[in-house]
This record gives sequence, C-alpha cells and structure tokens, in this order.
Amino acid sequence: MDFDHQSLVLFAKSWGLLYLMGFFLCVVLYAFWPSNRKRFDRAKNSILDRDDRP
Amino acid sequence: MISKLTYAERETAFAIALATLVGGLALGIAGRNDVLGWQGVIVVVFAIAVLRPLMSSYYEPPVAEDRKVTYYDDPTKVGIVLAMVWAVFGMFMGVWVASQLAWPELAFDGAWSSFGRLRPTHTTGVIFGFGGNALIATSFHVVQRTSRARLAGQISPWFVLFGYNLFCVLAVSGYLMGITQSKEYAEAEWYADLWLVIVWVTYFILYIGTIARRKEPHIYVANWYFMAFILVVAVLHIVNNLALPIAWGQAKSYTIWPGVQDAMVQWWYGHNAVAFFLTAGFLGMLYYYLPVRAQRPIFSYRLSILSFWGITFFYMWAGSHHLHYTALPHWVQTLGMTFSVMLLVPSWASAGNALLTLNGAWHRVRDDATLRFMMAAAVFYGLSTFEGSFMAIRPVNSLSHYTDWTVGHVHAGALGWVALITFGSIYTLVPALWKRERMYSATLVEVHFWLAIAGTLVYVFAMWNSGVIQGLMWRTYTGEGTLAYSFVDSLVAMYPYYIARAFGGLLFLVGVLVGCYNIWMTIASAPLAASEKTDAPLLPIAVPGE
Ligand code: HEM
Ligand code: HEM
Repeated sequence: MDFDHQSLVLFAKSWGLLYLMGFFLCVVLYAFWPSNRKRFDRAKNSILDRDDRP
Repeated sequence: MISKLTYAERETAFAIALATLVGGLALGIAGRNDVLGWQGVIVVVFAIAVLRPLMSSYYEPPVAEDRKVTYYDDPTKVGIVLAMVWAVFGMFMGVWVASQLAWPELAFDGAWSSFGRLRPTHTTGVIFGFGGNALIATSFHVVQRTSRARLAGQISPWFVLFGYNLFCVLAVSGYLMGITQSKEYAEAEWYADLWLVIVWVTYFILYIGTIARRKEPHIYVANWYFMAFILVVAVLHIVNNLALPIAWGQAKSYTIWPGVQDAMVQWWYGHNAVAFFLTAGFLGMLYYYLPVRAQRPIFSYRLSILSFWGITFFYMWAGSHHLHYTALPHWVQTLGMTFSVMLLVPSWASAGNALLTLNGAWHRVRDDATLRFMMAAAVFYGLSTFEGSFMAIRPVNSLSHYTDWTVGHVHAGALGWVALITFGSIYTLVPALWKRERMYSATLVEVHFWLAIAGTLVYVFAMWNSGVIQGLMWRTYTGEGTLAYSFVDSLVAMYPYYIARAFGGLLFLVGVLVGCYNIWMTIASAPLAASEKTDAPLLPIAVPGE
C-alpha cells in the first residue's frame, strides 16, 4: 500500500483527533469513576505507613 | 552483599559474569585491528572486577535471611553510591567543557580532550550515569515499598545495575577514543546498544514481576511513571539505534534510517528521552518521596492519573519541535508545536499537584532542606516546561534555536528539576536504607541546597542572556540588508557569560561534593540501636478489605 502525503495528513487530522479524544474520555472516566475513589484514597495514604516490610 | 546469596545464586552470578568476560574477549579479538579491540578490553576488565569479589567470598556460608519479610535493598544502596560517583564525574566534565568554551586552551591540544569528545562524556555522564543510576536505585526502592513485595529476583537486580554501568563505561570511554554514532544522547555504538537492550529488557521483566507480586490492590502512581520510563526508553532505544556495523570487527556503524527520516527518528528519540528519561522517571521519584518526606498524601490522586496519561500521550508527538524550519514537512512541525503547547497542561498539573501537597506544611519546607530540594525541583519543573512550550512555538524557536537559550532551558530542567529532585530523594533515602536516624549533618544538606540553587541560577541566567543576545545579533541587518555582526562578533559577546556559566557550574559541583561527603559520613556513622519501628517483622496487619 502506498500512502501519499495528502492522505496521511487527512488520516492524522481525522482519526488522530478521534483517537486522542476517545483516549482522553477513557482516562477521565477512570479517574472520576465513583467506585475508584476508595482505591485511590487508600493508595495515596498507604505509602505513608511506617512499617518497612513486605 | 554476596553473603546474602545462596550457593545456587552465586553460581548463576558467576556464570553471567564469566559469559560477559568471554563476550569481551570475543569483542577484543574481533576488533583487534580497530579501536573496538580496546572496548573489548574494557568489558574484560569490568567482568573481572565483578568476578573477583564474587570468587573471594564464593564459599562463605550464606547468611540466613527470611526473604518473605524483608525487602531487597542492597542493589539500591550500591546504585545510590554509583549515582553520586557519576554525578561527580559528569559534572566535573561539565565544568571542564564549560571552561573550554571560555578558554579553549584547556583542550591541551589532545585529540581525546577536544571539546567534541568531552561534551558527550558530560551528557552521558550526567544523564545516563547520574540520572540512570538514581532512577534504577529509587525505582527498586519505590516498587517494593508501594507494592509491599520483595524484588522479583536476587541476581537480576545486580545484572541490571552492573550491566547498565558497563554500558555507561563503554559509552564514555568510547567517546574519548573517538567512537560515536553522532546521534545526540545516543552516541554509543552498536555493540554497546545491543548490550543495553539485554539489560533493559531484564529491567522491565524484573519491574513487572515485582508489581505482579504486589499485596496492594492498586498500583501506586509512582510505579506507572517508572514503568512508562522503562518501557518507552526500551522502544526509543531500539528504534533509534537500528544500525548496521560496517564489519563485525569495527566499531563504526551506519543507521538504517535515511535522510530526513533519520532526523525525525533521532529527535523523536531525543525528545522522548527528555520526556521519559529526564521527566517520567523523576516524576515517579517526586510522587513517592515528596509525600513521604512531607508526611502528607499527594494533594490530588486523580490529577496525578490525568497528568500521567497526558504526559505519556502528548510527549510522543512533540519531537518535531527540534526540527523547525528544516526539510521536515511543515505539517509535522506544526503537529510537534501544537502538542508541545498542549503539554504545558499536564506538566503544570504535576508541578501544581506537588506544590499543593506542600500547602499547609510550609513550615516543614522552611526547616527541612531535603524537602526544600523537592519543592524547588517542582518549581523548576514548572518553569522549564513553560519555557519549553514557549520555545516550541515556531517563531520563538527561530530566535532560540542554535543559541545558548536552548542550553539554558536544558539546564533549568537538568539542574533545577532532575538534579534537585534526585538529591531530595537521596537525602530521604539514605538514612532510611542504612537505618540511621538522619543524615550526618543537616547543616551540610542546607549548604548543598544553597550551592545548588545559586549554581543553577547563575548558570541559567548566564545562558538566557547569552542566548538572547546571540539570537538577536544573528538576525540584525544593516541598512544595506547585510548582517550587522559576524559570527566572531557574537562569540566575543558570549565571553563573559561563558565564564559566569563555568562559575555557576562549579558552585553546583561543589554542592555535589559536599553531598557526597555527607552521605559518606552518614553511612560510616553508627546505625540506630535495633530500631523496632523499622526493622522487626511485625505480624501481618489486617487491612480493611476493599
Ligand atoms: C556542574 C554542572 C554542569 C555544567 C557546568 C554543565 C555544562 C554544560 C556545557 C558547557 C554544555 C555544552 C553546551 C554547549 O555545547 O554549548 C552542556 C550540555 C548539556 N548538559 Fe550540562 N552541565 C552541568 C550539569 C548538567 C546536568 C546535571 C545535566 C543533566 C541531568 C546536564 C545535561 C546537559 C545536556 C542534556 C546537555 C546538551 C544540551 C544541548 O545539546 O542543547 N548538565 N552542559
Ligand atoms: C513541556 C515540556 C517541554 C517542552 C515543550 C520542551 C521543548 C523544548 C524545545 C522547543 C527545545 C528546543 C529545540 C531546539 O530548538 O532545538 C528543547 C530543548 C531541550 N529540552 Fe526541552 N522542553 C520541555 C521540558 C524539558 C525538560 C523538563 C527538560 C529536562 C529535564 C528538557 C530538556 C531539554 C533538552 C536536553 C533539550 C536540548 C536538546 C538538544 O538540542 O540537544 N526539556 N525543549
């Protein structure tokens, strides 16, 4: 298959945008999904635990 | 260190070191008619240096240690020491090349000591030697603590650490002999590159393996950054270094990428080296050591996730801002420029997140120079990413490109961000690892802090001034439409700034030496009397279920 310059630009401008927006949406959903809140809260506090063993 | 290995593990270590020695011999013999032969000699010497201590304590009885209840910190300790050694070497070379720019006679008419050969020993020494060892050491520490699991290997961490340092030694010694691929930050030749692939893949497997063992349900965000660093650097390294040697017995190789594609691949690599080597890994440090030192959880965990994916996915497209006004298609340049400007958002989100974590603990920042190192790092991170996004705009780049402004930007990031966050992390880590109550001298940490800040500011301001003057002189026209200044005129104008930069660098280097002394004295001092808090295996605490 041979891409010419123009079709490559077109592809980047259309699908590239969709892909990035879609990706952004997934990340936002993950970060703000209500049931994830507990995990995140635990994770951010757990590193402050004092005991130093596995 | 060796006493903690079982006999079987010592055997494996011995086999690996021996195989390396044989490989070095083969390289030396194949390359006997080329400088490559000397690189083989270096591999052999390195392998012997590992084999000697291994053999001398080979039959000592293994120290019993319950691996279920202890972390594996020996590689981290050695990694920290190596990072500081490379810091001294790399920054000494930095001060030397900076002085050569002011006083060219400091090349002493040697081929090996010419600017072109010493400059990459500086960049490799600081980025890969200092930065890389610090990243490996801290990543081993952070992944174990945040996963509550021991490293997934007893020999592989050593292979990663020593193998990586062998790569650095090969690279730096090669430059002095005149070996180079002529790709910035990827100067090392094909044989060293192949070796690094093996080391790096081992690193990745080790890291993933440790995370797979984790007892925490969620993978803490610092690990995401470290994983992105390891994975992406592997991809970048392999793609950019695809090359064919002119013969198996020759150091010289040619890249498979032709013309402008080569330029694009190189700067896709180059910029992502900034993004994933000099940024992502160090953000991993920031997200662990800053909250731990401040004893406060990160301000917003969600924001840290958003900025992680933002940084990861934007940086990938930004590399073409290094190639403005070149043969690269215009739209690719525009793409790089756009993504560079967008990058400001996740970058400032990370910097802001770090500073807001400290909000409410400013008295700690005031009293504790270690925490202040990390705070200043976050500030410089914000500053240099703002500057970078600005310089990526094409018309701005037409002024800054080829000038010392770029060098100023680099060192605002490298000294202000990379080095400061590393020192903050190391000062947090050293007492914890060696089980001391604190660093040997808090005053010396304070002295180091101010030397580092003063050095960075002198360096960066000198380069900003010199860069903008240079850029303006090069584009000033006379009434007749000819250039008003010759190149030599601009060089003369740089002279005072080059002296100032060398002085700023010297301050920074002295700070590093103070840090080395302090770390050394901390290690040499008496350990805490059996501290139950950190040492004794407690019974597993029941954690409320998720
Ligand atoms: C003692 C402190 C330092 C001094 C005196 C110093 C000096 C220099 C000099 C003179 C150059 C060459 C500039 C030119 O070609 O015009 C340079 C380049 C560079 N240095 Fe440093 N440096 C220091 C610390 C560091 C550190 C800690 C890092 C990274 C963590 C670093 C990363 C770099 C990089 C990436 C370049 C290449 C810049 C480019 O190509 O635009 N330096 N440094
Ligand atoms: C949003 C983040 C950033 C952006 C958009 C950015 C952008 C840029 C731009 C436009 C250049 C000049 C390219 C040229 O004219 O040749 C540059 C050079 C450079 N930047 Fe950044 N920068 C960012 C952050 C950083 C950070 C945090 C560091 C270091 C820790 C860094 C290290 C470098 C280095 C080493 C170079 C010199 C490359 C070379 O020519 O050898 N950058 N950056």
